Amino acid sequence: MADAEQLRAVPVRHWGRWVSGTLLVVALAWLIAAAVDSEFVDLATVRKFLFNRSLLTGLRNTIVISVLAQVIGIVLGVLLAVMRLSPNPVNRTFSGAYLWFFRGTPVLVQLLFWYNLPGVFANLTIAVPFTDVVLFTTPMTSFMTSFMAALLGLGLNEGAYMAEIVRAGILSVDDGQVEAAHALGMGPTLTMRRIVLPQAMRVIVPPTGNEFISMLKTSSLATVVLYGELLRRASDIYSTNLRTLELLVDASLWYLGLTSLATMGQWFLERHFAKGHRRG
Amino acid sequence: MGEGETTPPMVEARAVRKSFGRLEVLKGIDLTVERGQVMVIIGPSGSGKSTFLRCINHLEKIDGGRLLVDGELVGYRQEGELLYELREAEVARRRSRIGMVFQRFNLFPHLTALGNVTEAPVQVLGQGREAAEAHGMQLLERVGLADKAGEYPSRLSGGQQQRVAIARALAMEPTLMLFDEPTSALDPELVGEVLDVMQQLAVDGMTMVLVTHEMGFARRVGHQLVFIDGGVVVESGPPADVIERPTHERTRAFLSRVL
Repeated sequence: MADAEQLRAVPVRHWGRWVSGTLLVVALAWLIAAAVDSEFVDLATVRKFLFNRSLLTGLRNTIVISVLAQVIGIVLGVLLAVMRLSPNPVNRTFSGAYLWFFRGTPVLVQLLFWYNLPGVFANLTIAVPFTDVVLFTTPMTSFMTSFMAALLGLGLNEGAYMAEIVRAGILSVDDGQVEAAHALGMGPTLTMRRIVLPQAMRVIVPPTGNEFISMLKTSSLATVVLYGELLRRASDIYSTNLRTLELLVDASLWYLGLTSLATMGQWFLERHFAKGHRRG
Repeated sequence: MGEGETTPPMVEARAVRKSFGRLEVLKGIDLTVERGQVMVIIGPSGSGKSTFLRCINHLEKIDGGRLLVDGELVGYRQEGELLYELREAEVARRRSRIGMVFQRFNLFPHLTALGNVTEAPVQVLGQGREAAEAHGMQLLERVGLADKAGEYPSRLSGGQQQRVAIARALAMEPTLMLFDEPTSALDPELVGEVLDVMQQLAVDGMTMVLVTHEMGFARRVGHQLVFIDGGVVVESGPPADVIERPTHERTRAFLSRVL
């Protein structure tokens, strides 16, 4: 029997982890070597077009459409979530139907739908219902541009997903918080704005960051409505020079850069909204 | 209300009834809390005592009877024999003069101690932030937590959280304070600091209604002890009398279990 003071705890050795780790590294090295050997992309071409002016305009457009569509999604999401939780059955039903429709149809179909609207409706008109008073009218073709079709398609679709995220956030806040706010004389709107939503943010922010990262990539679908985002610009270039893979690599590099930046931003946001929940 | 010469009692309940679905929780509660009085409500769990307390500031809606606070219906407007429920903003306005302290504190975790205390004065009463903070610091001082003003609730002990909650309620300058089992969620060694603050409030003349199991406190501070069981007031009177000479069998049985 050893002296109790000399006893030492030895952690379990995980040999399996070493073996699987080594195998993975070897496989990856082999894959990279094979890719370089085959020269399936010409790195010089990749380098040449990475900072191409047209591609950079596409990058800017991708950022613009993603940010705007996400903002629409968030605003709509908050509205729809509050309606979903409202005591008013008409509000609840409307919100439920919206979610059912926009989550139940592919976003690609929705984009094409908005883009093809001018084929059915000649004019966009805002008028006082049941009268002849016209407040505003414009040809549909000048309203439903590629940009508007992409914005509506991506934004309205995102609203449905954000609604579920915001609803989960609101439901995560303890009922006692609402009671305490009411007991202090705060009305329902004030309670939602000052007490419930700030706390719900802790639950809402992480998945919203994911949604935005996803949006940066989903925005490439706007290529079908001819909106000049990153993929559209890349494909415009490769359709003339036939360097398809090189330009797809360029576009992918920019997408990776954008999503990496967004991931960092999310980290800071999460830290901000965790206020009061860290234990020292 | 009010025939002119007399000020109405702070709380006046007559035949207050309340049901949750088919379960009748309050079967006609009658009681009166005079200004400056401390009323302690005791009773077995499920007796309806907490429900009644929550009816006083309309966190629960009553189904029948009449409940006046400071001579005013809290959640309703009476016209003839009908009680019309008030809009939420109006209820909120009437509620703001009734402070409430909860069993589980319900501090706002995203605000500091001082933020918790100043939130309603700034947002509801429209006080300037500086004035609200100065008043808030006084209140935190009063509950012995001025040095914790900048801390978030998660960094405070249960007793400290409950004292902040009391300061938060006081910030609205209530004429009536409700306490719903304020020490039941606390570790035993933290109960005293909260009861001390409450006792000081009572000494300062605050009208209080509290639901509690702290019989020693009830006896020391209470003016009136009310025993509720099965949704009705079984017995009430000065605490010492009710505790030492309960006239009702149910009161005796309950007291023998909690004392």
